[in-house]
Amino acid sequence: MSKGLIFDIKRYSIHDGPGIQTTVFLKGCPLSCWWCHNPESQSAAREMLYRADRCIGCGACTQACPEGAIAHTPDGFIADPDRCTLHGECVLVCPADAREIVGHEISVDGLLKEIEKDALFFDESGGGVTFSGGEPLSQPQFLTEALRACREMDIHTTVDTCGYAPRKVFEAIAPLTRLFLFDLKIMDPELHRKYTGVSNELVLSNIEWLSTQEAEMIIRIPIIPEINDTPENIEATGRFLAGLPKKLEVNLLPYHAAAHQKYRRFGAPYRLPHLSAPPAVRLEELTGRLSQFGLSVFTGG
Amino acid sequence: MNERIERLRKESFETPVTLNCERAEIITDFYRENLGKYSIPMTRALAFKVLCTKKSIYIGKDELIVGERGPFPKSVSTYPELNCHSLDDLEVLDTRGKNPYRVPEKCREVYRDKVIPYWRGRTMRDRIFAEIGEEWKETYTAGYFTEFMEQRAPGHTTLDGKFYSKGMEDFKQEIAASLDSLDFKNDPDATQKREQLKAMSIACDAVVLFAERHGELASKMAEAESDPVRKEELERIAANCMHVPRHAPRDFWEALQMYWFMHLGTITELNGWDAMNPGHLDRYFYPFYSRELEVGAITRQRAKELLSAFWIKFNNHPAPPKVGVTAAESGTYNDFTNINLGGLLPDGTDGVNEISYMMLEVLDEIHLLQPQANIQLSRKTPDRFLKAAARIIRKGYGYPSIFNADTVIEQMIRAGKRVEDAREGGTSGCVETGAFGKEAYILTGYLNTPKILELTLGNGVDPVSGKKIGIESGDPATFKTFDELYAAFEKQLHHIVEIKIKGNQFIERMYAEHAPAVFLSVLIDDCIKNGKDYNDGGPRYNTNYIQCVGIGTITDSLSVLKKHVFEEKTFRMGEVLKAMEGNFEGREAMRLTLANKTPRWGNDDEYADGLMSRVFNSLFKEIDGRPNTKGGYYHIDMLPTTCHIYFGSVMGASPDGRFAHAPLSEGISPVQGADRNGPTAVIKSCGKMDHIRTGGTLLNMKFMPKVLEGENGIDKISKLVRTYFRYDGHHVQFNVVDSKTLRDAQVHPENFRDLIVRVAGYSDYFCDIGKDLQEEIISRTTQEEV
Repeated sequence: MSKGLIFDIKRYSIHDGPGIQTTVFLKGCPLSCWWCHNPESQSAAREMLYRADRCIGCGACTQACPEGAIAHTPDGFIADPDRCTLHGECVLVCPADAREIVGHEISVDGLLKEIEKDALFFDESGGGVTFSGGEPLSQPQFLTEALRACREMDIHTTVDTCGYAPRKVFEAIAPLTRLFLFDLKIMDPELHRKYTGVSNELVLSNIEWLSTQEAEMIIRIPIIPEINDTPENIEATGRFLAGLPKKLEVNLLPYHAAAHQKYRRFGAPYRLPHLSAPPAVRLEELTGRLSQFGLSVFTGG
Repeated sequence: MNERIERLRKESFETPVTLNCERAEIITDFYRENLGKYSIPMTRALAFKVLCTKKSIYIGKDELIVGERGPFPKSVSTYPELNCHSLDDLEVLDTRGKNPYRVPEKCREVYRDKVIPYWRGRTMRDRIFAEIGEEWKETYTAGYFTEFMEQRAPGHTTLDGKFYSKGMEDFKQEIAASLDSLDFKNDPDATQKREQLKAMSIACDAVVLFAERHGELASKMAEAESDPVRKEELERIAANCMHVPRHAPRDFWEALQMYWFMHLGTITELNGWDAMNPGHLDRYFYPFYSRELEVGAITRQRAKELLSAFWIKFNNHPAPPKVGVTAAESGTYNDFTNINLGGLLPDGTDGVNEISYMMLEVLDEIHLLQPQANIQLSRKTPDRFLKAAARIIRKGYGYPSIFNADTVIEQMIRAGKRVEDAREGGTSGCVETGAFGKEAYILTGYLNTPKILELTLGNGVDPVSGKKIGIESGDPATFKTFDELYAAFEKQLHHIVEIKIKGNQFIERMYAEHAPAVFLSVLIDDCIKNGKDYNDGGPRYNTNYIQCVGIGTITDSLSVLKKHVFEEKTFRMGEVLKAMEGNFEGREAMRLTLANKTPRWGNDDEYADGLMSRVFNSLFKEIDGRPNTKGGYYHIDMLPTTCHIYFGSVMGASPDGRFAHAPLSEGISPVQGADRNGPTAVIKSCGKMDHIRTGGTLLNMKFMPKVLEGENGIDKISKLVRTYFRYDGHHVQFNVVDSKTLRDAQVHPENFRDLIVRVAGYSDYFCDIGKDLQEEIISRTTQEEV
């Protein structure tokens, strides 16, 4: 049985799939969107996270580290990434929970045990499990096995994807997935490459293929001011979606500035520090324009 | 809310709370002249009648439902025969910063010259404290338990629907029949029963007299009234008061007035706990409403106006003020009247009706401190009703609270009640289960369970007072296993519960013999049939509850000791105890290790949840089924009201990393900040408690308004509640927190680690997100509040 690398499991997740959901966040993503609010989700490797605001300065971590990788700096107790082997001794001894290794391996059985904890909530609310990330399809074998196990347990399955995965992965998981939350970011391939790191051809063709399948699908568009809320992009998006064999529901997810702090905590640069969330009137306007293509459009989700 | 209701609401909200000595003076005069002339029940009945004859009558401008306990709204009576305020007490009440009771000069004089000189040494409280014994007093003073009846009479009761089809004349006939059937030849108690029944009959007359005095005043006011509309209203009020409570009510308006006189009668007679609870008002009022609506005699609008006017009356009656040291504490004006909505009818069908919805509307619009209301949610209750309640909860008042009607019924059936009585029952006060109109279910006091563990760790010595309160259960440093420690805890628990119950039994007899509630006894089955008082086993069911506090704190403390001392040996017992003794001074790393590296209650974690069950079972085994003096039994409740603050204040630091004197965990909620896996995990942990074997549990959950936003938020929270109730959860209420709380959370994140906020596309723990985003959410919240 294969193992997956996840970085979080969130219970009582109420804004993803239907009902009350348990969301499993798989680590690693082929995209690197400028606005990504989960920087810890991008790398497919485990990473050390340090929360200076929790640290009480006891120094237990420096003592415990078998590699002697942790140094006391003006910014706190920082592990040298070249020497840190992610052994985790420092996490165990830190009394204040200031250290954390983001990403841990879990077996399908272990994951199912966590998911099943909220089975009664799923039953009562028509909920289930959402696989999110990162990009869940980047761990195809683990995802397929987990989805199959959920289906055997009669648990509703949702997959939240950026769509950048080989067709054969979609072919494997589509029959096991009840609902896809499919991100559609930018229609222009070059702009897509600029802001996400990859071209969108694969994404678009996967949407086209999936819209011929039985699984439900909702298109989710993150609204990033000045980047993808341009008239050209909205027009192109509307035209593309209107041309699909199936009428899909569209959800607009307004950009939010939540990620700044996370990037700082993660020691990574944030490339959109000047952006702020789109105002409600702007979202109404976009909803109106997309609706003209005969699509049902909602904000949020 | 129309203009009249707005005016009445404003008046009730703005009138300052005053203390009034009219009742004290009338009672003192009566006792001075009459004590010794009659049997005790007759003395109580005649005193009640004199009160009803002499007390001032008030009918306010605009009022539609009439009657006050004091001479005017928010003017609070005192009960010197039970506990007599000293002049110092009156000064404290008058001047304390929070929730003061203004004391007029005349009142001080009357107390100084008349009330205090007569009652000193004669009050129930004085007599109880004189006789109860040193062991009880020491344990009580050290804060191992509280005693409800040292300040107020046993109350905690709820009325049913019987007096909507019966008037006082009918009750008097039943009393006469019971008198006729007394068997003086064979029943040694027959004479005593005769005195009780005669007294109950007089109490019926007294309440009728009280009502008719309102009728006379209303007639007079009508004659003098120039506004024809108000004149007609006053005439109608007069007619109402001449008809009820002598006879059963004939229409909706009279039904409201009928209840109100029953309420006033019971809270004037004695100062019983939780004022009086009206029970399932929606089902009692609905037949009147629907009948009149059908023939066009009432409109929905008019019914709602009457109901609103009725609702406001409750808020005019703040809780009677305490005496002694508790007078210095801020206390609350809330007297815990709690109205039940929905639930199941005695035949097992859904009890929700149009009045249930109307009452939710009134609760929302009036939103005063009192009365509280709750919904009783059964499997058969439609989601529409739950969602209507959730939309009010979302506004952040903290009410209505939500109860599991199916669990409440099952609890009563387990305790030996008939199924139809159980369905007619519900919850009152905070969360207490009882059979309405048929049961005396008495809260006897809170039990400080974490302090009993503290006593165990002190080998019987209370570390705060230094006194030897417990027994010698062994030096904890010599314990080889966790089971040895646990066995010692059970011994101390047994010791403390014995002291508590011995005290209760004595106090119970004092009330049975010296302070019968003769009017309340008329209204509770089967006091008339049995010829016995409410306080003396007259009711069909007689329950005593001990409310266990701090299940979260004790569970986490045991989890720490089990894991770190006995299993992993991270620290030695002596080390932990020494750090606790020093309030973890200089041992922050150890404190955080104990707090953070231990499985804790509220995370759906078997290790901690198993310890919770173990403690719960010990409490149950120790308390449940012990007989009281009235033919009934003790059961456990798991609720703290605000006692977790007091109980924390009398304790040193605890093994779970809690600092000395800090609050204990509240209700059955996890320790503040200890739950980190979200609301479903809290519900799973709480669902492992056997709610059916209690008489009530209290779960508080905190949410940001965003989590309940939109119909999606209402849907999801409704499903969360439904799932908790599938686990037999007894009760849940939601604090939908505001920006003030969030500010507090920024300063003291350790207390708010369980606070969930909706961030954008997902929800997260407020304390886990960055300062700037916190600020952003606070500004959002503030906007929502405007």
